[in-house]
Amino acid sequence: MSATIDDMRARAAAPPAPILQVENVARYYGERVGCRDVAFDLWPGEVLGVVGESGSGKSTLLRCLAGLDTPSAGHIRFDDDGVLLDIHALPEPARRALMRRAWGIVHQNPRDGLRMDVSAGGNVGERLMDRGARHYGQIRARAADWLGRVEIDPARIDDPPRRFSGGMQQRLQIARVLVSEPRLVFMDEPTGGLDVSVQAKLLDLLRVLVRDLGIAAVIVTHDLAVARLLTDRLMVMKDGRVIEQGLTDQVLDDPQQAYTQLLTSAVLV
Amino acid sequence: MSADTALCADPNYNFAYIDEQTKRMIRRALLKAVSIPGYQVPFGSREMPLARGWGTGGIQVTAALIGPLDRLKVIDQGADDTTNAVAIRSFFSRVTGVETTQKVAEATIIQTRHRIPERPLTEDQILVYQVPQPEPLRKLEPSEVETRNMHAWEEYGLMQVRLYEDIARFGHVATTYSYPVMVNDRYVASPTPIPKFDNPKMNMMPALQLFGAGREKRIYAIPPYTKVRSLDFDDHPFTVQSWTQPCTLCGARDSYLDEVIVDDSGGRIFVCSDTDHCEGRRELGHVGPAEDSERST
Repeated sequence: MSATIDDMRARAAAPPAPILQVENVARYYGERVGCRDVAFDLWPGEVLGVVGESGSGKSTLLRCLAGLDTPSAGHIRFDDDGVLLDIHALPEPARRALMRRAWGIVHQNPRDGLRMDVSAGGNVGERLMDRGARHYGQIRARAADWLGRVEIDPARIDDPPRRFSGGMQQRLQIARVLVSEPRLVFMDEPTGGLDVSVQAKLLDLLRVLVRDLGIAAVIVTHDLAVARLLTDRLMVMKDGRVIEQGLTDQVLDDPQQAYTQLLTSAVLV
Repeated sequence: MSADTALCADPNYNFAYIDEQTKRMIRRALLKAVSIPGYQVPFGSREMPLARGWGTGGIQVTAALIGPLDRLKVIDQGADDTTNAVAIRSFFSRVTGVETTQKVAEATIIQTRHRIPERPLTEDQILVYQVPQPEPLRKLEPSEVETRNMHAWEEYGLMQVRLYEDIARFGHVATTYSYPVMVNDRYVASPTPIPKFDNPKMNMMPALQLFGAGREKRIYAIPPYTKVRSLDFDDHPFTVQSWTQPCTLCGARDSYLDEVIVDDSGGRIFVCSDTDHCEGRRELGHVGPAEDSERST
């Protein structure tokens, strides 16, 4: 870990402006409630966890935050270098451009986030080419560098992801998202479907990368161990509402709500 | 002249086969296409007396354009005497009675598949392409909704990924036909299966270029004197094919050559793919290296 006291001081001295402001967001599917009354601020470099059982509205919320779905009510504002943008009020081309430039999304299933028949190098390089990189040698060098950082042998740069194991595919997806140095990353169950030892390595990697790059992240998970390891702050959702939020250790060690108590007592974390 | 052609045209069909309302619909699509260079305009493609994929898009565009005073040339693989070219030419001479020609210089409308003529075209000519697949992004993105969005938002990173993949696999851009181009600095378009050798001819061409895809129901256009740039990388610039020997028949060194197998023992010659160009040169007295055909076993 390279976070020194100086880093922390610099971070503390930075003007306190949240990178993402979420205000009473709700998403209804007809009569049914996806999520409602969600409000929070996310600060630069902060990792926010969203936990809850399946069907509690976590993924719906994430889709709204990431601009993949439009909320039925409320506002989501993104601090784009001092300019506060209501992302769902932006015209679609501007929103797409913003997503390309400042955000990254890590999907639960790497197949959703990767192009399975494009080589690993092409997958990682796509974001760079999206943003106008037109020098093959430089694109390739950066792709190789990022494969190394996510612990994929750079010799496999020309292999398509379908020849990779599940854990490698997920690491490749992370490289593809982080290569463009986004300021905000959304992750939906990044360790879902991986066996425990692979999960542990991936979590370790994510923790180092997120801390090193100072990325703000929202991580949706049903796995409290993931939340404990990765997140600074935790939101517990049930039936589409946030029932409890606070510092991760605080929420996990001293849960206030009956549902959170049930959740934490169900597993060893 | 018009009385003559009316006599020549088959009276059982409307002029140029398609009914007038359909022609108007196609012309509207053509006008929109010319107004937005490189943008694919949907149109109500009709059944033609020809299998889809054999040039029905080009035929419909030509039918909507052609008048009794036009002179038509049809090119298939650079030649005027191959099946597709002969069939389409006889189709139009039957349903319109217009004069047909094999000479590029004499034609007012040139319908083509696979080639742009070697001879530079003029402002008085229209080049109509038969397009099998109008969407340059299709091989990488199967969703039509997604590709339309990508065009709308100018998200062309994916197109560059296709070239990246080529270089990663083969060391150079191995795409030799349908090589994607950027039209008027805005839309990426597919120049259809012309060899990339012909791509530079599209740039600032004085003639109007129209593209019709019958099966895919799309029309797009490149107006005269429009900038057309072939996509590439800074460190892997766009290049065209080249040959070590000249055309065996006319000695041309600057035209696109086809390889032709001439016997059972592997003998082969290289000849101009553009037959009109080759014949024109031979009439002017150019000859190729007579016994220069390569032999290999």
